[in-house]
Amino acid sequence: MAKCSSQLLSHSRFIAVAVALALMVAFVTPSPVLAQQGGGPTAATSEQQLLNNLKGGVIAGQVSIPDKKSANLIHPAGRDWRTFHTVTLKWIGGIAILGMIALLVIFYLWRGTMRIEGGRSGRKIVRFNGFERFTHWLTASTFVVLGITGLNITFGRALILPWLGPEAFSAWSEWGKVAHNYLSFAFTLGVVLMFLMWIGQNFPTAADIKWLKMGGGMFSKGGEHAPAWKFNAGQKMLYWFVVLGGGVMIVSGFLLMFPFYGDLTVSGMELTQIVHGVVGVVFIALIVAHIYIGTLGMEGSFEAMGEGTVDMNWAKEHHPLWVEEEMQRGAEGGRTQPAE
Amino acid sequence: MARMKFLCDADRCIECNACVTACKNEHEVPWGINRRRVVTLNDGKPGERSISMACMHCTDAPCAAVCPVNVFYTTADGVVLHSKDLCIGCGYCFYACPFGAPQYPKTTNFGSRGKMDKCTFCAGGPEADGSKEEYEKYGANRLAEGKLPLCAEMCSTKALLAGDGDMVAKIYKERVSRRGYGSGAWGWQTAYHESIAS
Repeated sequence: MAKCSSQLLSHSRFIAVAVALALMVAFVTPSPVLAQQGGGPTAATSEQQLLNNLKGGVIAGQVSIPDKKSANLIHPAGRDWRTFHTVTLKWIGGIAILGMIALLVIFYLWRGTMRIEGGRSGRKIVRFNGFERFTHWLTASTFVVLGITGLNITFGRALILPWLGPEAFSAWSEWGKVAHNYLSFAFTLGVVLMFLMWIGQNFPTAADIKWLKMGGGMFSKGGEHAPAWKFNAGQKMLYWFVVLGGGVMIVSGFLLMFPFYGDLTVSGMELTQIVHGVVGVVFIALIVAHIYIGTLGMEGSFEAMGEGTVDMNWAKEHHPLWVEEEMQRGAEGGRTQPAE
Repeated sequence: MARMKFLCDADRCIECNACVTACKNEHEVPWGINRRRVVTLNDGKPGERSISMACMHCTDAPCAAVCPVNVFYTTADGVVLHSKDLCIGCGYCFYACPFGAPQYPKTTNFGSRGKMDKCTFCAGGPEADGSKEEYEKYGANRLAEGKLPLCAEMCSTKALLAGDGDMVAKIYKERVSRRGYGSGAWGWQTAYHESIAS
């Protein structure tokens, strides 16, 4: 018994020391801490923490290579832009454009083509000269190509790629991108010319208020026509949208074409693309309505831009104040033409 | 099936840029394109950390989601690759990528953007494995030869780990428990929607 207990005693000392060491190790060695704050070589910060602190900024550091943009380590806002581009813009574009088409269909079914009530008189008056028509068609034709190629970037993958297959779709999209980039200059020229050429006739007047109150005469068959000078209130609104909205498209488009111009950041580029996309689809929707009214929607209107002359009765019904003005000028050496 | 991931141990990276040089050399990446880069946070201050960053080969890759011509594809190993033949150089993948991985040469109209180039996890592209066309467009295809990305192989401190995600996570966790500290698997929350659980 004594021998056992002395063995136990010597073992117990060993055991005690071993237990003490084990306890020391357990207390002193920290478990991997992933959420400590502060500096120091062994301090740790978790990715989630850093992202929470960011609030839309970027985490940036230093790099030793010449491209200083690569010093951005992470920019989480790319995630929001991804949602915008894959979801939000498609909804906005779909609602704007398909919604506009739906409205026009409903309007046409209810109202039909707006006829010249007095019938054609056979007498014509010059409405737009060659330069005006050139500027309009320059802007219009470039806009159509820009609009289609632009819509292709947002909707092409979902709507066209399944039909064309990857190689053909890429070839079409590549051509579309080149066309979009090069035609932008022609479109810019058109918008600038249009702005300068027609600004004098697009300032708001008293007639515009009356025109707007009457809904442009679009919703009432027969009866008094809404007053207008060369351009009615609706046309003036379109003019200013083309100039201002077009200006926005042009500036944002150039920034997208020359990326990071003026040290624009990635977030800046994303915002530019958002603006370009949203204003673009609204623009397209408005132009669809403009095309409708200038072709199917109103008898006698296309020839204004197609040939430059319009029927006198049409002019008296839709732009009576302008006709009076022209007739007075005509009495001093005019612009009217008899029908051929 | 292995799911390939990168993990850069920010506490071990010494900013030697061996990964950057290895990648550049192996794939003959043209001047101006930086597939991999080392970013140093808090340079010169306590808590300085360096991280080697290239494409993280995300789950649900944002680049693939926004591409208008759908050039991206994910291989069975989880590597996100793309086709330069189909790319139109629009730049959207760069806007969407949280890590800034896509790079563009300054070519084509107005010198704005040529075909996108990025880290391929040394897995080439859609062309035949190891072919000349694949090398010219995308660089070496080491994965097809059974090798791992060269950046991780060349890392002087083994800060940069590349390979099967579970394996890489295991190595990192062992490291952290042995030394007692770790900043966490940087980028994993954003790229793979998971974190290294401690």
